[in-house]
Amino acid sequence: MSIPLLSTLIFFPIVGGLSLLAVPRHQTGTIRLMALIISLIELLLTIPLIVLFDKSTHAMQFRELHPWISALNINYSLGIDGISILFLVLTALIIVLSILVSWEAVSEKVQEFFIAMLLLEGAMMGVFCALDFFLFYVFWETMLIPMFLIIGIWGGPNRIYATVKFFLYTLVGSLLMLVGIILLYQNGGHTFDVLKLAGQPYSPHLQLVLFWAFFAAFAVKVPMWPVHTWLPDAHTEAPTAGSVILAGVLIKMGAYGFLRFSLPILPIASQKMLMPMLILSVIAIVYGAVICLAQTDLKRLIAYSSVSHMGFVTLGLFALNQRGVEGSILQMINHGLVTGALFLAVGMIYERTHSREISFYGGLASTMPVFAGFFMLFTLAAVGLPGTNGFIGEFLILLGGFECQPWLAVVASSGLILGAWYMLWLYQRVFFNEVKTSMQGLAQLNLREILILSPMVILILWIGLFPNGLLSFMHVSVSHLLEQVHGSGLVQTSVISGLTMHP
Amino acid sequence: MIVPAAIDWSVIVPILPELLLVGVAIVLIGLDLFFPDQRQLLPWLTIVGSLCALIMVLGARPAVGFGGMFLLDGYAVVFKTICLATVIMTALMSEQFRNLIRMRQGEYYSLLMLSLVGMLLIASAGDLMVLYLGLELMALPIYALVGLHKQGRWTSEAAVKYFLTGGFASALLLFGMSLLYGLTGTTDISQIAEAISVRQLAGNSAMLAALGLCLVGCCFKVAVAPFHFWTPDVYEGAPTVITAFMSVAPKAAGFALFGRIFFFGLPHLHDHWGPILAVLALLTMAVGNITALCQRNLKRMLAYSSVAHAGYAVLGLLAGTAEGMAATMTYLVIYLFMNLGAFAILMLLTSADGSGDTLDDCKGLATRHPLAAAMMLVFLFSLTGIPPTGGFIGKFYLLKAAFMAGYTLTVVGAVLFSAISAYFYLRVIRYMYMNDPVQQTGLVASSGMYATLVLCLLGVLGTGIFPGSLLNWTVALLAGL
Repeated sequence: MSIPLLSTLIFFPIVGGLSLLAVPRHQTGTIRLMALIISLIELLLTIPLIVLFDKSTHAMQFRELHPWISALNINYSLGIDGISILFLVLTALIIVLSILVSWEAVSEKVQEFFIAMLLLEGAMMGVFCALDFFLFYVFWETMLIPMFLIIGIWGGPNRIYATVKFFLYTLVGSLLMLVGIILLYQNGGHTFDVLKLAGQPYSPHLQLVLFWAFFAAFAVKVPMWPVHTWLPDAHTEAPTAGSVILAGVLIKMGAYGFLRFSLPILPIASQKMLMPMLILSVIAIVYGAVICLAQTDLKRLIAYSSVSHMGFVTLGLFALNQRGVEGSILQMINHGLVTGALFLAVGMIYERTHSREISFYGGLASTMPVFAGFFMLFTLAAVGLPGTNGFIGEFLILLGGFECQPWLAVVASSGLILGAWYMLWLYQRVFFNEVKTSMQGLAQLNLREILILSPMVILILWIGLFPNGLLSFMHVSVSHLLEQVHGSGLVQTSVISGLTMHP
Repeated sequence: MIVPAAIDWSVIVPILPELLLVGVAIVLIGLDLFFPDQRQLLPWLTIVGSLCALIMVLGARPAVGFGGMFLLDGYAVVFKTICLATVIMTALMSEQFRNLIRMRQGEYYSLLMLSLVGMLLIASAGDLMVLYLGLELMALPIYALVGLHKQGRWTSEAAVKYFLTGGFASALLLFGMSLLYGLTGTTDISQIAEAISVRQLAGNSAMLAALGLCLVGCCFKVAVAPFHFWTPDVYEGAPTVITAFMSVAPKAAGFALFGRIFFFGLPHLHDHWGPILAVLALLTMAVGNITALCQRNLKRMLAYSSVAHAGYAVLGLLAGTAEGMAATMTYLVIYLFMNLGAFAILMLLTSADGSGDTLDDCKGLATRHPLAAAMMLVFLFSLTGIPPTGGFIGKFYLLKAAFMAGYTLTVVGAVLFSAISAYFYLRVIRYMYMNDPVQQTGLVASSGMYATLVLCLLGVLGTGIFPGSLLNWTVALLAGL
């Protein structure tokens, strides 16, 4: 490759964001438009990635390798495989929608907002492309700065508490990981190269120490129970765009971290710690779902449902078999789309009513029928109705779970039932019942809003009906990953390759 | 009759920068006395003089002068660069404070120069005598500078406090040095190290007493807990521009002193001073960061933050390895940019009488002056140690050096205190960005102030994004390449 595609993906939004500084502050229209165009170009830039991607190899593709800090043997090393490519596309898409949804919602410090969004996009792209642990850490932490500002400046009434909590939780976890990275460097032949660090014979004790150091960072980000408490606050108080990015991309990075670093570098510890991880996942699934039933705040309910859904993701990951891991990656994409869509929808209704209280609403289906239709589909996808993407992901994860620990999978399945309960009940309370007077005269969705929600609908149905489109990207990479974890020998052929559903 | 031997003038070549600066200091006084109308030239003369000295230092070849008493090695070059750069930026910022120091501009700049000469001497000292000479030459002008603004509420107290504790620390250090001389029979630092190794003095109890006295003296100078008590009061009482200067240059010189004695002079006693410093470093971070949490005065908060940063910088020193020393030196270079930057913004906020430096005063700065707020944001994130700023690279290098030397628990502690520090740095950002402004007045900045801010911003981001050359520079200079 002569064109460094991945570097372009990372630095195009950063340079674009900084170029917004050149626009006078009061020309908010120009700033918005420029931000949208930059994010759209970024989305288009992911197309050559998908087209040129070779699905038949597990090797890293689109490699870029340049020395960065030679004194410490740190390289600017980029590359993607079947696990990371989908996240790049998801990130680019989510940012476009977030910029669109902030069109009218953000009216103060407009310039700063869109710069923060674009810088955040660049850093997130970097996280998914980095193959040097140090470089990964740099992008991982850099993300905190714009996110801290987005929640803290443009968020809801309790935003400062939420954003400081978010920042400190993440920072403590990340710093412990940093110590782990240095320990790994010391024992892994003085390199930060992820590919070289994997497959080295670290002692089981060292692996356990490192596993927990990495766990500190990744589990906070996922978030796994019991370090999830920043999430409801942050998701609730963030502006709509912030919630969408948090739910859509940011919390996926924790699970991605497990996939990229913990599993291949620390296979023995990963297997030893399988049970605790599965149990924590199941607790998150059930606990998150039960808490959802008690919520009175729309955004908070969706936030807690994320805890439950991410429990499924980690369950699939630590099932450590092909179906579980593939299901979990797919479910990350699904959750990003569905929960992102739910937050987008809630943001739209919040702009009209300025209330997040569930009890404030009622009978919305008769005053905003189009909106009710969109929301219905997102609800069903969140519940995991067959035909939507949510079903495929959770089904695969539970299959993987049954293979690994049947009893835990049974308990986890109750999360599906609880999920249907709280989501449908939410739908009933907001959209049905008698029409409240405050619901009268609300404006219908405008063209911009329909344009935001439509791609979500298409993707939800497309993945639900033809999951192989996405799964085919990850087969080879996931089986290679599992080979690394289990040692050579135990390779399961994918059963799912023929599984497509036709309505 | 004794005929004096012809003087070999080539011996002065290594100390030419110092001589130049002494000359500049004298010219500054003369200019102030005899040409009072030309006072606006004073800062520029200071800057040009320091800049020339900086170029001479950077271009100099490694040299030894005065029979090993004066070393112009890579170690000296790095520390001299830090001190010279600090003085240049301080002089640039001083224009903003012209009203405050109107009456004594000549003294102000010449004292700054003389103190600078002392720092350069410390960096180059190959002998305990030169070291002590440099230390006193550095400290005396600063005592006066702290008390320069006589009308200030706290300045006199600050000056006296600084003078007393500084004098006490110097006395302890001198006592330690005299013991070292008594035990080894020499004041030459490299010969001391040799004598300790050859005569196996490492376990000698008098030697341990000497070690302890030197340690306490050095800790006073760089404000390592529990010898930091003077710092907050002095930093708060001094004029802000002097506080900015003091928090960087004399601190760097203090680390040069630390390194000359411990890293070069007492490497064979590392088993003793390494663990002690590890405990002190943790204590310093704890005191600095936790006390900073409850400060509402920004200047005092930055004072405690500078105490905490001394704790981080010690991490490299205590490793006792070349990598550790290089890490400390790198950190001080980065610290120069981020700390001066933060102080520069603080100076913008404060009015001429020194009020306006509380947290409430920076409320809504993002609305009043978006650019200043954005710069402060970068400096504060750098002080916290978040990439892609230089503060992260510096901290990472320190942690790595200490970790590789086996101080695992110290590193874990440092990391946790660093997370605590995030809270108070973030609080400033919260006030700037997430509160509405109380005052609507704009901020006035002189062109020198802008220049300093831009230099600091470039420094913080440059060392964060392209740290390779800085790291290579310190490592190579230290290795004597």
